Amino acid sequence: MSAKSERVSEVMQLGSIKEKIQESRNAVSGAELVVRALEDLGVDVVFGFPGGAVLPLYDALYHSRKIKHILTRHEQGAAHAADGYARSSGKVGVCIATSGPGATNLVTGIANAYMDSVPIVAITGQVAVNAIGRDSFQEADITGITMPITKHNFLIKDVKEIVPTLKKAFYIASTGRPGPVLIDLPKDITVKEAVYDPQVEVDIPGYRLPVFSGNGAISRVAEAVMQAERPVIYAGGGVLTSGGERELLAFAEKLNIPVTTTLMGKSCFPENHPLSLGMLGMHGTMYANYAVSQCDLLISIGVRFADRVTGDVSTFAEKARIVHIDIDPAEIGKNVAVDFPVIGDAKTVLAHLLELTQEKRNAQWLKTIEEWKTQYPLEYEDNGKLKPQYVVEQISELTGGRAFVTTEVGQHQMWAAQLYKTALPRTFISSGGLGTMGFGLPAAIGVQVANPDAVVIDIAGDGSLLMNIQELATAVQFELPINIALINNRYLGMVRQWQEIFHGGRYSQTDLSCQPDFVKLAESFGVEALRVERKEEVRPALKKAIESKKPVLIDFWVEREENVFPMVPPGGSIKKMLRGLGR
Amino acid sequence: MKNNKHTLSVLVENRPGVLTRVAGLFARRGYNIDSLAVGRTEDPAVSRMTIVVEGDDYVIEQVTKQLNKLVEVIDISNITQKEHVERELILIKVKAEPSVRGEIMQIVDIFRARVVDIGKDTLIIEATGDIGKINAIESSMKPFGIIEVVRTGKVAMLRGPKYGSE
Repeated sequence: MSAKSERVSEVMQLGSIKEKIQESRNAVSGAELVVRALEDLGVDVVFGFPGGAVLPLYDALYHSRKIKHILTRHEQGAAHAADGYARSSGKVGVCIATSGPGATNLVTGIANAYMDSVPIVAITGQVAVNAIGRDSFQEADITGITMPITKHNFLIKDVKEIVPTLKKAFYIASTGRPGPVLIDLPKDITVKEAVYDPQVEVDIPGYRLPVFSGNGAISRVAEAVMQAERPVIYAGGGVLTSGGERELLAFAEKLNIPVTTTLMGKSCFPENHPLSLGMLGMHGTMYANYAVSQCDLLISIGVRFADRVTGDVSTFAEKARIVHIDIDPAEIGKNVAVDFPVIGDAKTVLAHLLELTQEKRNAQWLKTIEEWKTQYPLEYEDNGKLKPQYVVEQISELTGGRAFVTTEVGQHQMWAAQLYKTALPRTFISSGGLGTMGFGLPAAIGVQVANPDAVVIDIAGDGSLLMNIQELATAVQFELPINIALINNRYLGMVRQWQEIFHGGRYSQTDLSCQPDFVKLAESFGVEALRVERKEEVRPALKKAIESKKPVLIDFWVEREENVFPMVPPGGSIKKMLRGLGR
Repeated sequence: MKNNKHTLSVLVENRPGVLTRVAGLFARRGYNIDSLAVGRTEDPAVSRMTIVVEGDDYVIEQVTKQLNKLVEVIDISNITQKEHVERELILIKVKAEPSVRGEIMQIVDIFRARVVDIGKDTLIIEATGDIGKINAIESSMKPFGIIEVVRTGKVAMLRGPKYGSE
């Protein structure tokens, strides 16, 4: 090598060393990369619980001025809070947990979000890369565990992958049919350094958004709609996800088509509207189920023909041609054969349908439905005692259906679904698919964080509430003025109801006479609480709670053995509902 | 609806865990995998799985749609009805005392198979071909006493200029 070329190579080396020095000056830790990427993805709040493997991440969060961290008291609470945040706002909810037990505590919350198609991103700590697979302290294979309950998950093994992975995760969680995405982040990766590049491009070759069916398919639906004499719209969570509630209202009004919603679809159509049939299915209204059974065209939008809706599939909407509009092609034809499949998001498809259809009256059909409504209303026996249904009705009237309602799971959930008349979209937040007891309180926390000025009410049962009662501490710490309307019957009421009807009244393990004093319990957390045992106390107590702008628990001691009716026995036809015991 | 065997040619990202995702999907949705062969393609970032699955039209449609939802699945093609070449490889360890070796060798010749190992009283036979041929050679070895069989599962490729998954 000549002297000159030696020098050139020295200079070049020097150049690359300079670059490296510059790079190392700009480099930040993996934990810092996570925080910066979250900030740039528009995240301003995360729900979580710290631990060993996420110490560096929490150190980086400590310095963030843009991200508020809500410390729940159990990781399950963090997942449900992120879920409630996402459902009520339409944004991606974020939760964080440490490795091992922290991560496994998220599992129920992730499964819940998966079943109800809610966009959340869960970030879990993991043991260091070289400790993975050695049964290290607080190690759990959380990507393996959550494979069947996430839309996708990632295990990051390179600090340079952090930012692209976060971008992918948010994109996957929030597009198409939304769902939870988990990112597993080994501790050593969060202390390694890399340069933050917010512009980094990501490619997900196997992830394509469903292709819109196109105008041919929609024209055929429009034709069928114009021909139908007895049409019914069966609307689900997909309408809310797509933000298509205005188009739905316009379409239903233009063609005078009655609308029934699923539990997940509740609040996508105003329930004080004359065309509203309320909920259908197992505990739906009789008139909704009759309408579906008698209709000649069932326009299904953003639904999945769940067994709690259809009952016996062979007799479901047996007189109808079925339209199924959904963004997920795998839902079409999964449970019920359809005549008019349309792939696309509800809002877009409804907007097209509006253009392709003309006004229509359907007078005879609406008259029949009005008769059913008069003949078979939702009803309960008013014997002067405090009935759970009465409490829900009072909440509905007092708020005008304009509050956010979350629920736990069981009888109170069904009474809330039947009798709380939602007026605004995204205001009914309930665990539909997974049926997770303990969902309502942490979800209410997430809802209140996303909507600081709104009235948020968790309509709860005593069995469910106790499952995540620790989150009262979260509400107090972060001054979240959620209200808990506890429908307290000291039973696992829904299971007891099934035991009464289907198991000869043998109340196996459902009697919760030995519950804590919820008033004292709430007070010990610093939550205002009162007990209500008489009808006339209901309204003033609710009013006071809502006006207090503080977390309040009202312990409603309702009639213990009240049942939810009407009811389709499991596996039965929705044509045949039980109106009450012996009816 | 009739139960039939279908051959799915599936392109996936070549990453750890992809096989688990695919296999897990089949297990939890209750679909039966007849065989599954996987290996990388001409592009090292991409692997191809050839999956033989048995089911009626409903099952095959669901399998395809659900596979499509896996983020790491790039493309799926049901090539059952398309012109394609299919091959499977089998290794058979068969009892072969000197007295019957000649007979076995003849059968091996007929199937254009090969003997790849000779032990004291055993032979290992290697054969490739479509499923019919592989089944035939396996059953024709049975009378001699099969000690062990290893099959790769089917791999398949479309005939003509078309790329696998178009």
